[in-house]
Amino acid sequence: MSDDRLPDPTQGLADLHGLWRIRVLEEKVRDLRLSGEIAGSVHLAIGQEAGPVGVCTELTEADALFATYRGHGWALARGVPADAMLAELAGRTTGLNGGRGGSAYFTAPRYGFHGENSIVGAGAPIAVGAALAGKHDGSGRIAVTVFGDGALNQGATHEALNFAAAFKLGVVFVCENNLYSELTPIADMVAEPELYKRAAAYGMAGERLDGNDPSAVRDAARRALERARAGQGPTLLELMTQRLVGHYIGDAEQYRPAGEVERAKQTEPIVRLRAALAAEGVPDTDLDDCENGAREEIEQAAAAALAAPIADGATAKEHIYA
Amino acid sequence: MPEATTMATTGAPAGLNLRYGEAINAGLVRLLTELPETLVYGEDVAKPGGVFGVTRGLRRRFGDRVFDTPISEAAILGSAVGAALMGLRPIVEIMWADFSLVALDQLVNQAANARYVSRGEAPAPIVVRTQQGNAPGACAQHSQSLEALFLHVPGLRVVMPWTAQDGYDALLAAGYSDDPVIVIENRTLYAGEKTEVRIDGPPRPAGWTTVRRPGRDATVVTWGAITARVLAAADRLVADGIDLEVVELTWLNPLDLTEVLGSLGRTGRLAVVHEANVTGGFGAEVLARVAESGVPLSTAPVRIGTPDSRIPAAPSLAEALVPSVDRIAAQLTKLVQEKP
Repeated sequence: MSDDRLPDPTQGLADLHGLWRIRVLEEKVRDLRLSGEIAGSVHLAIGQEAGPVGVCTELTEADALFATYRGHGWALARGVPADAMLAELAGRTTGLNGGRGGSAYFTAPRYGFHGENSIVGAGAPIAVGAALAGKHDGSGRIAVTVFGDGALNQGATHEALNFAAAFKLGVVFVCENNLYSELTPIADMVAEPELYKRAAAYGMAGERLDGNDPSAVRDAARRALERARAGQGPTLLELMTQRLVGHYIGDAEQYRPAGEVERAKQTEPIVRLRAALAAEGVPDTDLDDCENGAREEIEQAAAAALAAPIADGATAKEHIYA
Repeated sequence: MPEATTMATTGAPAGLNLRYGEAINAGLVRLLTELPETLVYGEDVAKPGGVFGVTRGLRRRFGDRVFDTPISEAAILGSAVGAALMGLRPIVEIMWADFSLVALDQLVNQAANARYVSRGEAPAPIVVRTQQGNAPGACAQHSQSLEALFLHVPGLRVVMPWTAQDGYDALLAAGYSDDPVIVIENRTLYAGEKTEVRIDGPPRPAGWTTVRRPGRDATVVTWGAITARVLAAADRLVADGIDLEVVELTWLNPLDLTEVLGSLGRTGRLAVVHEANVTGGFGAEVLARVAESGVPLSTAPVRIGTPDSRIPAAPSLAEALVPSVDRIAAQLTKLVQEKP
């Protein structure tokens, strides 16, 4: 854990703003889901914001990011506009995919965000292909694929890890270990709960780190990306984090021990970074601005999203084939 | 594959005498030559040249654009999707169609959705070459005819070439297609007779069908390797005064039934013959579309296929299930002799 390290105040404030953007976006998504503007299954990343904030600053335009159904924060950190994302979730014509993707399966390739995925583990082999393409098209593209702890028990993820390692492809595998595979503790589903150790068996670098600290994530991402760009192959990063909400909106969370979420709230990314910056003497007004700026952005984005027309059913059969 | 090499060194002669497998190889050579964004990979395809020899010589000629992979169908298909999202056109091999079942997610949930969800911004134009069907001694996990599974999935294209020319043309069309295409070959055809294959034409638009035999008594619709048995049955029935029209659907998606419906307008009798088992087979779709078209039939249509059984290894057992020339001929005779 890197709690003791002092954050650089400028980067720290940028990170705090980044964390708040995701937090506020997710709170808005929750409100819109509960009010019925958003339909269907929604998976929030509240508590898990440090991963995207730490990783995405290290990506170049050519790099390709692949996420999961808990991917709103990754998309936002990658540069996908909040209004188009919220419009997508709310089934509007102006949505990233005109309402075809929804909360759990949208894609925004023009922003280097090559999709959420609603199938656990399925994004890993696809990211491997993006890196493979990077080897052949001269782009130098690195692919980053994000998945949860549960995805490491999927065959497709195993195949992807081995395939990438065997061919030394430029892939960074980012496992967000929030301790639960959906509703079941990952510790009950593996004999070795330190998941990053699997990397050694694939012959790749592996690292477990504090996934609630954006700078720790950034440092690890930088090391992994440098390795990948140098042709030294893939890395498996295990980001230790916790979600402060259910697996999906409506999850009653009876499976979580009493006090677990309350304890997690003491070490969640925003609380920690704000306290660290305050301890360094960063004024409260600067700290508050991080939240206020994010709230203003997301409010405007939501208003714009909801003002757009509902996706037209007459277009539903378009784009099945070329 | 000396013919393919000849083409490579002398520029494209109009026609070559090629076996089915050699024609597929020639198609791959052409795609790798014309489209720098193509890759060819799969299990044992590069240095070994493929378990059936179809990809022989490609590695030597095209270097690391042709490579062997781990035995990892999900990684093969998934990486193809990912590479295609980035603008490449990967051509991957799934050694046996039966093996695609361990990685259907990447075809159904991933490849088939890419264009739709992104509204054409990030399609996944992959080519999946595979081969299927029964051959003597093949076990239940190496014998299935699975086209109907793929055909149920909007977003995928499916072609089942039977001749060497169609093998070449199908592969070429698939390589140039902007949709994911599954090219289903048949290993019993690879080492068949050499026939003249034209390799200098432009890619044919997907969706062609071929009238293999004109006739007036009934329309027999078929596809894939069993077309040979259907034609043999039709030839045999000439002696009985039965004259069958055989229409081969090379492409099952896109499906063009214009030829079939026109034929039925003349014959009024329909049989569909496929190697796949009958229930849920694509023959059911053909019958349904004919019914919907309103073309009047003078007798009830028939589906001829493998019964709904698992496929046994022993040749004597498999032969009892997969439609033989005898069985096809008998059922077609019955169809034609049925009173309207």
